[in-house]
Amino acid sequence: MDVRAQISMVFHLDKCIGCHTCSLACKNVWTSREGAEYMWWNNVETKPGTGYPTLWEDQTKYRGGWEVKGNILRPKLGRRLGLLSNIFFNPFLPTMDDYYEPWTYKYGQLFNAPQADDQPTARAVSKVTGKFLDVEAGPNWDDDMSGSSIYARNDINLSALTDAEREALFRTEQMVFFYVPRICNHCLNPGCVAVCPSGAIYKRAEDGVVVVSQEKCRGWRFCVSGCPYKKTYYNWKTGKSEKCMLCYPRIETGQPSSCFHACVGRIRYKGLLLYDAERIESVAKTPDAGLVEAQRSLILDPNDERVVAAARKNGIGDDWISVARKSPVYKFVKEWGIALPLHAEFRTLPMLFYVPPVLPVLASNTNGSYDLGNRDFFGKVEDSRVPMKYMAHLFSAGNEEIVKKALKKLMAVRAYQQAKSVGNLSVGQASAQLAEAGCSTDEAEAIFRMTALPRFEDRFVLPPYHREEAIETTTETIKQKGETGLGFTRPPKRGP
Amino acid sequence: MLETFLFGVFPYAALVIMIGGVIWRYTTNQFSYSSVSSQFLENRQLFWGSAPWHYGIILILLGHLVGVLFPDTIQAINGVPVRLYILEGTALAMSLALLVGLVVLITRRVISPRVRVTTSVMDGVLLFVLLFQVVTGIMTAIFYRWGSAWFIQTATPYLRSVFTLSPNIEYMTALPLLSKLHAINFFVLLALFPFSRLVHMLSVPLAYLWRPYQVVMWYRRRQIQQ
Repeated sequence: MDVRAQISMVFHLDKCIGCHTCSLACKNVWTSREGAEYMWWNNVETKPGTGYPTLWEDQTKYRGGWEVKGNILRPKLGRRLGLLSNIFFNPFLPTMDDYYEPWTYKYGQLFNAPQADDQPTARAVSKVTGKFLDVEAGPNWDDDMSGSSIYARNDINLSALTDAEREALFRTEQMVFFYVPRICNHCLNPGCVAVCPSGAIYKRAEDGVVVVSQEKCRGWRFCVSGCPYKKTYYNWKTGKSEKCMLCYPRIETGQPSSCFHACVGRIRYKGLLLYDAERIESVAKTPDAGLVEAQRSLILDPNDERVVAAARKNGIGDDWISVARKSPVYKFVKEWGIALPLHAEFRTLPMLFYVPPVLPVLASNTNGSYDLGNRDFFGKVEDSRVPMKYMAHLFSAGNEEIVKKALKKLMAVRAYQQAKSVGNLSVGQASAQLAEAGCSTDEAEAIFRMTALPRFEDRFVLPPYHREEAIETTTETIKQKGETGLGFTRPPKRGP
Repeated sequence: MLETFLFGVFPYAALVIMIGGVIWRYTTNQFSYSSVSSQFLENRQLFWGSAPWHYGIILILLGHLVGVLFPDTIQAINGVPVRLYILEGTALAMSLALLVGLVVLITRRVISPRVRVTTSVMDGVLLFVLLFQVVTGIMTAIFYRWGSAWFIQTATPYLRSVFTLSPNIEYMTALPLLSKLHAINFFVLLALFPFSRLVHMLSVPLAYLWRPYQVVMWYRRRQIQQ
């Protein structure tokens, strides 16, 4: 057992209102620079939809993630030699047109235009070329566009559905969508690291954050196609790749990452997980249907004495182990089993988990009237507006049982709370639903509290980094403090 | 006098600039080391430029290198006329391919608005010098037949004399003007090397072929070791 720690995250999709505050918090802190304008380390997309960059989930197009050939796990981009032979031209690289061309407006024209019969307008200009631009795409162009023929209907997750199911999904009265905020998953088996020829991308062993060394990166740009989530970006100005680094300067000083801190819906949770690094490869080779379960088995119980002993042997301090015991992520993923990885079939073992949204059918249009039918309160999971096949394609590598189990539990918690606080359901009905979902009343209570009433320190349980001790080894702490915030010693300018 | 300078002094100046410049840039500004790829901005024309250019130039450069390091091999190959024709024919075909690639790359820099704004002055200078080098090389190959045969009698001993610090410029003064320009321009390229995107040649990621896929770094362990 090779125990390592990982800062991990949960997104509770039922609570996401799609406001993009997270995206802006991130943009303001990290990517409002030339060459990085088009990058959204955090973005929010509407599902069903094609996402950002367009069709990022389509790995026949970009070849991200891993595949198992025989018994060998290899990057979809190819093995090492085959990959290097494409170094002068990567046929699977998304280009700026797959994201969007960043733009601003000629605001000055609103004030400086000569007097005329028409209102002056501020036309869009490209932030790359400075020329006028007809804006045709943006980072969230598919926002709320459920049913649209360009966005929603081209969602590749719909391939799991039959034609009839697809049509049903787009019937006006059943039209449905939900939001998926995405940041780098800080995977256990990252695709970007595996295909980086320079070895510039690495995973920090202590906390699992995946970062790009800007000094070592040589701009070979395989990471951009190698990441199946398209969360590494090529800075066209500096010729270097950049990605989300989980705001490590913030978490090292005890603050949650910007996007987490800014979240209006409070959908985000952050905590520590302990995992067994020895079994990463074997888990990543598991057949699709068993992938989510296998990944869960990789996450270790911080209360298990053997795990604790092995963690200590690897240099994980008691303070970190006690933080792992309080981790909200551990509860969501392991104890309750209601948080699932996004697209586990990419086999990168993403360490960012989603609580799938409950989208029940409340009513249907029968003979022109709004018909509630004879359903149970809230309806059944199987009657969800979004077919289980679609959810399973997103959150459990096609295994419907896993998504269903999570959703049933979430429904049962609602029923339990209805019975308790509103009383429109009998306790017996609620208990029956809880029993069917395999959930105790204590657990239902805990899920309710963590979902509806968590405080800041319940949502973000961060380990102490002891940065002061780390700094002491290289420089005096007072001197370091004095120097903080002075910026770059050499501006990060593009090489000649 | 001029030729003494160009073939006896300038090569050393170029080499010193190149080696010193690379060390200076690598130690003080590694951030600037990059292929500075523009595929992200434009990738349709790039294929027809980048692929033939890179594969062509690698083979042609290797050919020159073999001529300098193992002239006997070239001589042995050229011993039979058919083999000489095949060698020269292949080399000419490769150089025409890389010329096409280079022209596509230059055109693309000019006509693609996105690529044009990311082009530095040095990129322009470099493309011009490279084009000059390729054109003089190809013209030498066409007008002065069987270069692979006389290269090893002239350029090889000259370059070897330069590297042994006893430059014998007579090998070069006897050559036609085109070849002289080709040789001098080569040293110009060496001098430009550390100040242009050419440094990406030093980053050829061969180590990737033996590296495990995952890279995990410990901070704590490094501290403990200290």
